[in-house]
Amino acid sequence: MARTLYDKLWDAHLVHQRDDGTALIYVDRHLIHEVTSPQAFEGLALAGRVPWRLAANLAVPDHNVSTDPLERRGGYAAMSDEVSRIQLQTLDDNCKRFGIHEIPLADRRQGIVHVVGPETGAVLPGMTVVCGDSHTSTHGALGCLAHGIGTSEVEHVLATQCLVTRKMNNMLVRVDGRLGAGVTAKDLVLAVIGQIGTAGGTGFAIEFGGEAMRALSMEGRMTVCNMAIEAGARAGLVAVDQSTIDYVHGREFAPTGAVWEQAVAVWRDLHSDEGAVFDRVVVLDGSAIEPQVSWGNSPEMVLGVSGRVPDPAAITDPDRRGGVERALSYMGLAAGMPITEIRLDRVFIGSCTNSRIEDLRAAAAVARGRQKAATVKQVLVVPGSGQVKAQAEAEGLDRIFTEAGFEWREPGCSMCLAMNADKLLPGEHCASTSNRNFEGRQGFGGRTHLVSPAMAAAAAVHGHFVDVREMLS
Amino acid sequence: MQAFTVHTGLVAPLDRANVDTDLIIPKQFLKSIRRAGFGPNLFDSLRYLDEGQPDQDCSARPLNPDFVLNTPRYAGASILLARQNFGCGSSREHAPWALEDFGIRAIIAPSFADIFYNNCFKNGLLPIVVKAETVDSLFSAVASSEGYALTVDLPAQEVRGPDGWSVRFDVDAFRKHCLLNGLDDIDLTLEHADKIRSFEAAHLAQWPWLSRQTT
Ligand code: SF4
Repeated sequence: MARTLYDKLWDAHLVHQRDDGTALIYVDRHLIHEVTSPQAFEGLALAGRVPWRLAANLAVPDHNVSTDPLERRGGYAAMSDEVSRIQLQTLDDNCKRFGIHEIPLADRRQGIVHVVGPETGAVLPGMTVVCGDSHTSTHGALGCLAHGIGTSEVEHVLATQCLVTRKMNNMLVRVDGRLGAGVTAKDLVLAVIGQIGTAGGTGFAIEFGGEAMRALSMEGRMTVCNMAIEAGARAGLVAVDQSTIDYVHGREFAPTGAVWEQAVAVWRDLHSDEGAVFDRVVVLDGSAIEPQVSWGNSPEMVLGVSGRVPDPAAITDPDRRGGVERALSYMGLAAGMPITEIRLDRVFIGSCTNSRIEDLRAAAAVARGRQKAATVKQVLVVPGSGQVKAQAEAEGLDRIFTEAGFEWREPGCSMCLAMNADKLLPGEHCASTSNRNFEGRQGFGGRTHLVSPAMAAAAAVHGHFVDVREMLS
Repeated sequence: MQAFTVHTGLVAPLDRANVDTDLIIPKQFLKSIRRAGFGPNLFDSLRYLDEGQPDQDCSARPLNPDFVLNTPRYAGASILLARQNFGCGSSREHAPWALEDFGIRAIIAPSFADIFYNNCFKNGLLPIVVKAETVDSLFSAVASSEGYALTVDLPAQEVRGPDGWSVRFDVDAFRKHCLLNGLDDIDLTLEHADKIRSFEAAHLAQWPWLSRQTT
């Protein structure tokens, strides 16, 4: 029978199926970071258990780390935030105690776990990948079955190498046509979420396909899968093709020699079969997508840059109207105002959505020879990993940013969730390349607008949103 | 884990769709390496007028008088009535920990985000999905009668209200079994240890690149 990519990955990892629909799925790769693991390790220790298969685990600190170059140079000792320091230290201690391999803060490969995984080859096509972080969906870009889990599940995976789960339904999001110049993977996925809503993918694994998806680089595919969770889907997927195999080839932990050949032969089958049935299919025209900007407190509250913020008076459904009113009031926006009139206080270029080399190149292409607007207080550029940082510096991107008045930082999650010192002040508007615009996500009272790296750089230069396509011509 | 069988409690309405985990427990509290003590910071940004900090004494902080859980009539509520897509956003289990620590035992909503829904079961918290119309009528009932309480009966998979009102709900047999008995599902999974071991041996032999050390 014709199977979807998700079906194939599920079948290849199914250990035990229970009658009630729940199942035990084998986990190939477990990624660990400091925020969602301490209680899991504690539980493991209390029960006197040990990790089932040590080599399946890889840890890296990212959420809490300082991105300030000075503070970073001093290691944990120089950290001004004591509570964060304890959490980071606890990760190191737990990894040592249980024998789990960690890429520590001082390692040149350290970075956001979802950037580090694929980039080092620790995540490979066909794997089941879990992590105590909802954006684990990112890894689906490599043809992995990857999704976020809670801390109890982290403990469960450590102890059993399995996850108790139930099979999701299959959804295909097909984006036909070609994206226009200046329109990126981020715009594509925001447009998808705008169309299906933040709960549209609940209960589904979403496979992204179609001409526009096939044309995306691996970085772009990761951006799309990263935000599958923002559409409610725990997992996003993209079929393996030559781009995938080329991307993986030569990575540090990727197989070599005869095993590489053997792996590639398996990976080439990681696509949905002809005639495979999806429970739901959504089709978009990629050529019609404009650069996107979110205006409200949910990623589905998103519009093309030429749009106007909605007017609640024109909405008849009382629930929707209430939601729009509350979002406009929190965001401090006037009903019906053009997106391009939204003024920014800060700009954040980074996060596991958009901190890879291609993202930094796109932002630098806009920033080159230009200056941050005087009204913009701060523009943070935070590379996703040490390897991205080194590559960007080798290409001179850091200089383009600093010459434009942007700040060039050390790798980490940074202002994506503002657990460290990088945060918005109440009322500030931020053009952000991250993935969530929830109330207070980037700082108490902060106002987040989700955009692509190119759009963020353009907003930094102008002090308000502009259609980046006008700056590229 | 705390077992859940039959629970009767006061219902508090949270009339807002897409309540995300950042709203349930803001990120600054995720720095804790403990599992308990998140209750005072549940819905922190809605509940207080200032910005909360970890390890702060919350008793002296200014309360937001408009927030539903701060109103006297809902004091001591243990059942939360919510709108669609409750618990969307991050995977943080701190969200159910905070709800549980606050004293919430069950949440009734038309839909939940997947990861949050899973996390609830691991913490003795029962998420109950009922039809949107049923949720609507429950919101009206709670608003119109002070002290409105419900009984959640997990063995019978039923929620019962005053005047003989009731509604059935679905739950996976496995999850129900774990919750009813307060079972740690690691132990249950390890009952299949032999099966996992033989699966693993075959899987790693077939895909040898998986065994590679990342060091
Ligand atoms: S960058 Fe943001 S979304 Fe990604 S893992 Fe870090 S905090 Fe989560």
